[in-house]
Amino acid sequence: MDKNRLQRQLDMKRSLIDQGYLDEQFIQLEELQDEDSPNFVEDMVTMFYNNSARLLENIEQALVTGPIDFPKLDDYMHQFKGSSSSIGATRVKNECTRFLEHCTAGNAEGCVRTFLRVKQEHAILRTKLETYFQLARQAGSSASGGAKAR
Amino acid sequence: MVFEKGASSLKSVKAIETGKVAGTNNLATERKFSVLVVDDDAIIRKIHSKLLSKFPVEIQVAVNGKEAVDLYRSGAFFDLVLMDMEMPIMNGFEATKELRALGLKSLIVGVTARSSDSEKKAFMEAGLNDCHAKPLTSEMVKSLLQELNKNN
Repeated sequence: MDKNRLQRQLDMKRSLIDQGYLDEQFIQLEELQDEDSPNFVEDMVTMFYNNSARLLENIEQALVTGPIDFPKLDDYMHQFKGSSSSIGATRVKNECTRFLEHCTAGNAEGCVRTFLRVKQEHAILRTKLETYFQLARQAGSSASGGAKAR
Repeated sequence: MVFEKGASSLKSVKAIETGKVAGTNNLATERKFSVLVVDDDAIIRKIHSKLLSKFPVEIQVAVNGKEAVDLYRSGAFFDLVLMDMEMPIMNGFEATKELRALGLKSLIVGVTARSSDSEKKAFMEAGLNDCHAKPLTSEMVKSLLQELNKNN
């Protein structure tokens, strides 16, 4: 195991948490990794991005197809928020919450505006996590291994 | 042991003669607790199943409330049900009501992404024993299994 690479992985994780991209839930997922599921976190993140593409598309469609069905939008976004929470994607989750506030208020413009933010945070996190998992692979720890330090 | 099932099936818990149940003394004859994870979100099903797999429990999954009810109707027994609130075909509220009406007295714990007290309260009224935000933490799972242990 390359110590420098491991340290870079740990530093990046700390940075992602300090900047609010990820929270405790991500660490919980790492702690679930074991011999049977050495890449559990990366598997969950991959699943999240695969599933969320469909959800985001549904939300986008619901926003452009008038008149806006706010209850349906609310359902889609709650689903997406739940999935985001499950991998510890804090900033994404927070933007979902803001969207839901606009949705509850029946504010279409607010929904459109915050949806752009949701998609932005979703894309930014994806890039950062791709880098993180690359570091983890290089460190030989599959995003966990000896990386129990927080 | 983890069972990932996508369709209704008959499953009954068998007595297991060896094995320690979390939080208890080692007994000669001990039945493993059976836990049903009900959620339409595959990520949540995997996370909750993985959390539970750290304990000596048998795990089954259902992708919606109807599947959970069908499993129970076909003879399956569960000591603990982790019930998502919002699911297609049959949601957690309806499934919980149905399971209680069918006579299930086991622990049913709601899990939801909805955070308002009023939404949780409404879900509780279906017959839940408790309701938590999802995903559950390992501490919460441990606490639920210890509660099961105490009650049994």
